[in-house]
Amino acid sequence: MKLKTSSRLIVLLCALSMSVAYFSSVWKIELEAPQYPEGLKMEIWVNDIKGDISSINNLNHYIGMSTIHVEDFPEFKILPVLLAIMIAWGILAAALNTRKALFSWVLFLILVAAVASVDFWLWEYKYGHNLDPHAAIKIPGMSYQPPLIGYKELLNFLAGSLPDTGGYFIIVPAVISAGVLWMEHFIFSKKT
Amino acid sequence: MKIIVKTAIRISLMVLVIAGFYSCKPKKATNVVQGDAASKVYVAPGKLDEVYMFASGGFSGQVAVYGIPSGRLLRQIPVFSVNPENAWGYSEETKPMLNTTKGMIPWDDSHHPVLSKTGGNDDGRWLFINANNTPRIARIDLTTFKTAEIIELPNTGGNHASPYCTENTEYVVGASRFSVPPDETEVAINTYKQNFKGVVNFIKVDKESGHMNLAFQLDVPAIDYDLARAGKGVSHGWLFFSSYNSEQANTLLEVNASQKDKDFIMAVNWKKAEEYLAQGKGVKKPANYYHNLYDESKHMATSELMKEVMTLDARALKDICYYMPCPKSPHGCDVSPTGEYIVASGKLAATIPVFSYKKMMAAIEGKQFEGEFDGISVLKYDAVLAGEVQKPGLGPLHTEFDQNGFAYTSFFVSSEVVKWKVETREIVDRIPTYYSIGHLCAVQGDSKQPFGKYLVALNKITKDRYLPTGPELCQSAQLIDITGEKMKLLLDFPTIGEPHYAQMIQADLLIKNQRKVYKLEENKHPYFAGNEKEAKVERKGNEVHVYITAIRSHFTPDNIEGVKVGDDVYFHVTNLEQDWDVPHGFAVKGAGNSELLIMPGETQTLKWTPKTPGVYPMYCTDFCSALHQEMQGYVRVSPAGSSTPMSFSTGNTAAAK
Repeated sequence: MKLKTSSRLIVLLCALSMSVAYFSSVWKIELEAPQYPEGLKMEIWVNDIKGDISSINNLNHYIGMSTIHVEDFPEFKILPVLLAIMIAWGILAAALNTRKALFSWVLFLILVAAVASVDFWLWEYKYGHNLDPHAAIKIPGMSYQPPLIGYKELLNFLAGSLPDTGGYFIIVPAVISAGVLWMEHFIFSKKT
Repeated sequence: MKIIVKTAIRISLMVLVIAGFYSCKPKKATNVVQGDAASKVYVAPGKLDEVYMFASGGFSGQVAVYGIPSGRLLRQIPVFSVNPENAWGYSEETKPMLNTTKGMIPWDDSHHPVLSKTGGNDDGRWLFINANNTPRIARIDLTTFKTAEIIELPNTGGNHASPYCTENTEYVVGASRFSVPPDETEVAINTYKQNFKGVVNFIKVDKESGHMNLAFQLDVPAIDYDLARAGKGVSHGWLFFSSYNSEQANTLLEVNASQKDKDFIMAVNWKKAEEYLAQGKGVKKPANYYHNLYDESKHMATSELMKEVMTLDARALKDICYYMPCPKSPHGCDVSPTGEYIVASGKLAATIPVFSYKKMMAAIEGKQFEGEFDGISVLKYDAVLAGEVQKPGLGPLHTEFDQNGFAYTSFFVSSEVVKWKVETREIVDRIPTYYSIGHLCAVQGDSKQPFGKYLVALNKITKDRYLPTGPELCQSAQLIDITGEKMKLLLDFPTIGEPHYAQMIQADLLIKNQRKVYKLEENKHPYFAGNEKEAKVERKGNEVHVYITAIRSHFTPDNIEGVKVGDDVYFHVTNLEQDWDVPHGFAVKGAGNSELLIMPGETQTLKWTPKTPGVYPMYCTDFCSALHQEMQGYVRVSPAGSSTPMSFSTGNTAAAK
């Protein structure tokens, strides 16, 4: 079944706007403590980790967390390609102009979100639990896994894990596209 | 009985008469603080002050930085005096900053902090300050609050009329308060009139880097030049200097320099001087003076001997300098925000003369001279005078301005600040100070656009104002609210050293440019260790160079062996932190030196020549982290000629057998 022209246009715009994620940080982990009122920030880009990494690594040595280096993550090689596929698939869906194509794109986006969340959680788990037994500060039973999304107290730090600008440019278009699919299926099809 | 009654009556009468005398005693000015003063100076915890005040340390040789209106001391910037607290003058990197033709000098007398200007307004880039005793001018970088440059002034005695700067910081000046014969010339002291010289040094300031160089010296008659201000607006291109001792006395100046009714304000046309230089009228003369420059990327200073100075003779080139007669040994010589009025404060005078730039130019044009003094034309007093402030008080010293057309003059003898209208010269208010005010300062009060709001009186005597601390008491600043028609006393706060003068600037102009850390990748120090793998110990003959890194909470290396008695050990400590407010300290037992205080990304060097064998602890002196107490290590010093091999390590836990 063909899509409404306005739906096609929205889907195209949504796909294109995801490219903003190449030029800004997708996700951020924020750390705040009494000694760091200005906060420390780790920015996760599609191909890099930026922000106060050296400061965070230096602070983490007290609890024996291993240092974070961008080279250690194959994700940063995969993510730019994955994002390109996401955008291309969206453009293709608008071009093919079928509800099936749109459905396949939205399904793909949901799949990516699920896989990324699991990967991110495993990544956080690994860093939060894999601690050096000779660390200066050892608190029995304490692990330092940041939240998947939201805020969590870790010793003197309040850790926040939230989407950043680029992330919003993926999430919001994805939600809108899903909405378009829902309207096409439940509203427009009943009228005709 | 009768005699007893009579006696009683007489005694009562006498008591009444004596009581009458006492009741005639006039009341002292009362020291009443208005009810809302506390709220006006209360800066709540966590809130920032509105204004920075930079006060000279006087005999401390330093600059102190305060927050206004709270009066909180924020920092002391070492300039001309050594400061073991942060190794100023002790580290190998900073020793050259205090080098002079007389060798390394650990102290000076710093008088007048002057903020750099653009378009006649404070631009918040640099702060200049003069050394009065061994004549020098320093430049402080206001991004780092660190002394960046010091230049010595040759053939100069008492660099007091300094370091006032021109409208766009084209020049900062330094004029001699003590005229002297040229350097290394010895003559009989009583040949002052024949052999002594006055000089005005013109230090050119590079627009971009701020680097100073002695562009030229103006030879002027031998009298005592006291304070100065540059013209601005209409009078841009001129400088005005107050002077005393036109009697040219060389002894008991207290009496001998107070004989004449009038001394001089010297007007200097520096643009004209530049023209003469361009025409080749300058004469190069041999001179010796040091130029000391701190390189922020190498984190070290160099001291370069300069051998020549360009000079211009104000007596021969007639239209550079003019004298305006001014009553009784003037001190302050202050230019109104428009640039039209020059306010001179004769320390012993009963009026404040206000000169007009317009009238001065007309008088020069019309050659209205009353004569010459040592080759310099003296203008007629009435021809240059705009008017006098009548009966202002006793001992006027210094004047600053607000944005509403008012001037504020300090009075040392009558211990008060007097507010008057610049255009009409009428007095509108006066307020007592506790006690004996010297200079005063209003926020941006010497610029084209003063900010107003606050005035600070810098008092010389405190007596009963604070808890007593033995014979030596603090000096004091008093904060006065100048927003209303009536001045209101808000706050007293003690100061470091004896602030001669201070300048205040809106904090916003400085906050945005603050440097937080030095970037490691920009560190060009020759003994820099950028990470722990680059830490090492090298022996070159009897010199031992330790490339040592500091990061929360350990040094690398922290165990060093193979040093011998008599070695010169240089600890080149690099702070690897890149976080704001995480300095590390470094000290070695018995080092015969100060500690080091190393800012994030910086490298600093401590020299130590051990005299006896032993094991010497070293440690971090700045509480850097939860494990700061653990930030320590050892140096083993073996007897001279022993065969202990050179070794160094961190974290090597293997014990010797």
